[in-house]
Amino acid sequence: MTRQEILTELKKVLSPYTLEKDALANIDESTNLITDLKINSANLVDIIIDAESKYNIEIDYDSADKMVNVGGCIDVIEEKTNQQI
Amino acid sequence: MSRRVVVTGMGVVSPNGIGLSAFLDAIQNGVSGIKFMPLYEELKFSCQVAGKPDFVLEDLKTKNYISEVTYHGLKGTNIGYGLMAALDAWADAGNAYDTDETRWETGCIFGNSVSDTEAMKNVITRVDNKEVKKLGSRVVEQAMNSGVTSYVSGRLGLGNKVITNSAACATGTQAILMGYETIKDGYAKRMLVGSSEYVDTYVFGSFDSMRVLSRKFNDQPEKASRPMSVTAGGFVPGSGSAALVLEDLEFALARGARIYAEVLGGSSNSGGQRTGGSMTAANPQGVIRCIKEAIDGAKISPSDIDLISGHLTATNADMQEIQNWCQVLGRSGADFPVMNSLKSMIGHCLSAAGSIESVASILQIVHGFVHPNINLDDPNPQIKDYISMDCLPTAMLKKDINIVAKANFGFGDVNSCLIFSKFNPNDTTRNFN
Repeated sequence: MTRQEILTELKKVLSPYTLEKDALANIDESTNLITDLKINSANLVDIIIDAESKYNIEIDYDSADKMVNVGGCIDVIEEKTNQQI
Repeated sequence: MSRRVVVTGMGVVSPNGIGLSAFLDAIQNGVSGIKFMPLYEELKFSCQVAGKPDFVLEDLKTKNYISEVTYHGLKGTNIGYGLMAALDAWADAGNAYDTDETRWETGCIFGNSVSDTEAMKNVITRVDNKEVKKLGSRVVEQAMNSGVTSYVSGRLGLGNKVITNSAACATGTQAILMGYETIKDGYAKRMLVGSSEYVDTYVFGSFDSMRVLSRKFNDQPEKASRPMSVTAGGFVPGSGSAALVLEDLEFALARGARIYAEVLGGSSNSGGQRTGGSMTAANPQGVIRCIKEAIDGAKISPSDIDLISGHLTATNADMQEIQNWCQVLGRSGADFPVMNSLKSMIGHCLSAAGSIESVASILQIVHGFVHPNINLDDPNPQIKDYISMDCLPTAMLKKDINIVAKANFGFGDVNSCLIFSKFNPNDTTRNFN
């Protein structure tokens, strides 16, 4: 999966947690989940759970801390899916 | 300084109607909300009927009660009932949901028995399966007892007292009383009050095991809730919610609010589980004191009461309740007020009973009628030793209702009683300033 492909899929994962639909449509790697997409910080854990189930990966506490912006999310998903192969 | 308190908004999620107009129509026409529950037969419950609102959780999202983000992950039916009733009451009072600023002048007192056992079951299953990581962020807020008040106050930005109360079957009347007292004593200008109850299979099963539920009318669900009848063999559990917007009279008048009724007073106490009282039975002395304190606090005379909205669940406590009312009011025979039991139509909604029955009480004041006691075709013959059967209408009665006494009695020997009145702007007897 390319980073662009992961980003496209990530939009679907983030969608239920943001009311900022325009911002979501235009996300790039620098988009911050909390400040740009106005996602409640408590919901980050739900996004992690959804990503774990979608990609069949496990995201540990340290990796989860990196998932504050879209680029960080892609880093973690890329790293964890590559570990599986 | 004491303030007058009026009711300016109402919302209801009842087994026989969701929303004020559907509910009004149902109680005027004696429509039962009790249905056969195939699952309860499968679970080998003795009672296989229940009162359950025709409620769709998704309406909260599609009808703009809450955002799609809040809706995503919302599982709690109890919270769903409470949110709908509370937000309907808020809108009915002429208020908008959205606000950027906190509404410091408004609080919320809403009660329930349990938060949501089905939500807790999800926690228990995940934890036992060593899947705690999959629970996510939305479980605690729905499993905590203050779930309903948290969702309601968050949606509306309420910043005054936010309290979740619990007093078994007296919860709803107690919540309204506490909201009334908060405004009367000057701590808030407006209180959104009420209660909700979702009787899931686990709560239902626990009552079923106590052998206090109706079990002989499983094939005739609409006949199963029979308060005061000789064939009353236990109550029928019901689910739902109702809410009232209570306001300081001056605050309500200043914004030109429509006023449904006035809360004249109320009382909440316990019989202490002594002299006939127990965990499950009411001490008659406690009941009598509670009603007397409500009447005295409201500065009315027992003879002013036009209608009693009884607790009257369809157990053997019904006869004792009638005797208690006779004793505390000093009225009996044909002099006894008209009395009805909403439970004949919707069953016993436990914590939600007091608030749903309060909405029914106020609708009877506003529209000048007494709703029927349905299923009272074989009244307990002992009743007429105390009161005239004319006091228990079995068909809707058109009647001017000025003052209603609404009482509920709950496990733990707790009692609550409210006095509602038609709003009379020229009444100076209750301007205590």
